[in-house]
Amino acid sequence: MDKFSVYAARLVEKGEYFASGHRACQGCAEALAVRLVMKALGRDTIVAMATGCMEIVSSPLPTTAWEVPWIHVAFENASAVITGCESGMKAMMRKGKLPPKKINFVAMGGDGATADIGMGQLSGALERGHDFVYVCYDNEAYMNTGIQRSSATPWGASTTTSPAGKLSKGQRTQKKDLPKIAIAHNIPYVATACPSFPFDLMEKVKKAAAVEGPAYLHILSVCPTGWRIPSEEAIKYGRLAVNTCVFPLYECLYGKYRLTYRPNPILPVREYIEGQGRFRHLTPEDIEAIQERTTAEYEKLVKLSEEV
Amino acid sequence: MAKERRGIEVSLAIAEAVGQADCDVIAAYPITPQTHIVEHLSEMVADGHLDAEFVPVESEHSAMSVCCGAAAVGARTFTSTSSQGLALMAEIFFIASAMRLPVVMALANRSLSAPLSIWNDHTDTMMVRDGGWIHVFVENGQEAYDHVFWAFRVAEDPAVRLPVAINIDGFILTHVIEPIEFEDDELIKRYIPEYKMEKALHPDNPVSMGCFGMPEIYTEAQMAREKALVGSYATCVKAWEEWAVLTGRRYHPVETYRAEDADYCIVTMGSLGETAMVAVDELREQGEKVGVIKIRLWRPFPFEDLYGVVDGKRVLIVLDRAISFGGPGGPVALELRSALYNRPQAPTVVNYVAGLASRDVTVEDFKAIILGGKAKAAAGDTAGFTLYGVRE
Ligand SMILES: Cc1ncc(C[n+]2csc(CCOP(=O)(O)OP(=O)(O)O)c2C)c(N)n1
Ligand code: SF4
Ligand SMILES: [Mg+2]
Repeated sequence: MDKFSVYAARLVEKGEYFASGHRACQGCAEALAVRLVMKALGRDTIVAMATGCMEIVSSPLPTTAWEVPWIHVAFENASAVITGCESGMKAMMRKGKLPPKKINFVAMGGDGATADIGMGQLSGALERGHDFVYVCYDNEAYMNTGIQRSSATPWGASTTTSPAGKLSKGQRTQKKDLPKIAIAHNIPYVATACPSFPFDLMEKVKKAAAVEGPAYLHILSVCPTGWRIPSEEAIKYGRLAVNTCVFPLYECLYGKYRLTYRPNPILPVREYIEGQGRFRHLTPEDIEAIQERTTAEYEKLVKLSEEV
Repeated sequence: MAKERRGIEVSLAIAEAVGQADCDVIAAYPITPQTHIVEHLSEMVADGHLDAEFVPVESEHSAMSVCCGAAAVGARTFTSTSSQGLALMAEIFFIASAMRLPVVMALANRSLSAPLSIWNDHTDTMMVRDGGWIHVFVENGQEAYDHVFWAFRVAEDPAVRLPVAINIDGFILTHVIEPIEFEDDELIKRYIPEYKMEKALHPDNPVSMGCFGMPEIYTEAQMAREKALVGSYATCVKAWEEWAVLTGRRYHPVETYRAEDADYCIVTMGSLGETAMVAVDELREQGEKVGVIKIRLWRPFPFEDLYGVVDGKRVLIVLDRAISFGGPGGPVALELRSALYNRPQAPTVVNYVAGLASRDVTVEDFKAIILGGKAKAAAGDTAGFTLYGVRE
């Protein structure tokens, strides 16, 4: 793994495998995340993608933004589809029907595809131990269908199906902890990342692709449209999510946790929450409750990463 | 495997055929009455008799999804399911054909819940009739074995590139032991040579599959599907002809028994055709001018073959094994009625639904259905359908 620990801007792959000209909204950090992931993976990659924003913006017939082989079948099944690709290639190479080649098999889906409708299929694919990487682009709601809540939407966020109102503070549940669910499958590699920290992200993608067996990447992908922030502030909000510890950057390699970035100083979550339209209705007490939970969760993570 | 005749459970013969076809990926989830097929396949892989990836998925939805991924990289791909499993994978079933992925499925036909029933009828397959797959029905174990090769042959033909479902009556066929004529591996290799898919997913030649279609293109995409499925007819027939040359066993889209000089015919699909033939023999002895018409190729629907055998008949008594609830009858009768509607001197169609959830349809039942249908046609009582033997 050591060979991946040095990174500098000029070493970054020049090629683009997720081409410009796709139809994502201005300032979409999910599209940026896809682009960075693809840079890190390179040409010898097959992508299976779930239905969602990234699929729709990248593939309106007869155009495509994909410079690598890419397949979309449905909303919930990218993980099963990629394990089919992996199994097919494995069998054909073993049987001499295809020349051997090292290929990255990568499934991608949004938080809805991953945390909700495709949870069982993801679990199945991780448990079966296929050699693939699953990348979840978490923009904390079903954006493609118009900002409905998912189980990865954070407490208090107003979405079109968890609207804030006289009797509602928006989302009533806490965000489902997908990386922990992935870790519970005892797979070789799990990590969180955010395109506001591009080198950290790309290094993790390379590690995920390098390990043998399943790897899971959870990428916080700021969606200006759904979060109701100015389109030029997606990177800023990604940084704030990490620097407030709302979204810590860590990895878990063969069960060993490591925080890959420790914010110093840790900013108050208020700075992250305040400017976002989806949280506009929250009171200072509500924000304080989020702060407490955030601190507690981060401390747990620090402890885990100190265990040897 | 060398050429031999062997008594074997039909499910196991199907699995052996998949092995002889040198399948690369098998993804399946257990459900009665399909289980023996996939159990035997995993055994063959475990024992090294078949070099394939057996993917033990967590659901049928995933089974079909894995098949799509495997077929997209150009692997020879097989799955098998029944009933609830088919219902669960239905979403992807439709997509597999739209994406022109040549998956082969052994569909062990079983009734759909509720009430839960593991027994045989055609309610599962009729649910996906419009799924864009090639559908063939087999009547006995030998046909089931033969059609595994035929299915790969047709599915992978570059002019076709469509998935194929082999409909096999659950239990009635899957669980019986029959003498099967196994063909030798060399013959199979000649019939289905190694498959090379054009434009498979591969980094050396990137393609995008499963793109999103705006209204400007969706209609044309559907037309392309329709053309592909209708166009597959020629390959279906050619593949049967070549099989006949190699093995002497001959199949046709529509087959008949004592139908040439018959005034009226019973129409069946699947394993009940054999019982119908016995009933027809007995009725012939009583002087009834009756025959059997068996539809083997369900999709693409063999219109011309059908016209060739029904023109000049007075009555068709259609035996359906599924109901189209709230509609005018069983699905096979519906199709026949509409296929014949504008046909001059079209025969009258009378529809019976029988044999739901494996309720026995004996020779006596067939005779009652045939004579009852004839009487109904004479009386002009031809609307809708009759649920044969129902206790009200
Ligand atoms: C079976 C099924 N149910 C619902 C939908 C509608 N649908 C398409 S994309 C989507 C939401 C996608 O959300 P997410 O996975 O978070 O991706 P995002 O668009 O936010 O990137 C939904 C509900 C569908 N395509 N298929
Ligand atoms: S809705 Fe959000 S995630 Fe979707 S393309 Fe627009 S900014 Fe990106
Ligand atoms: Mg989302």
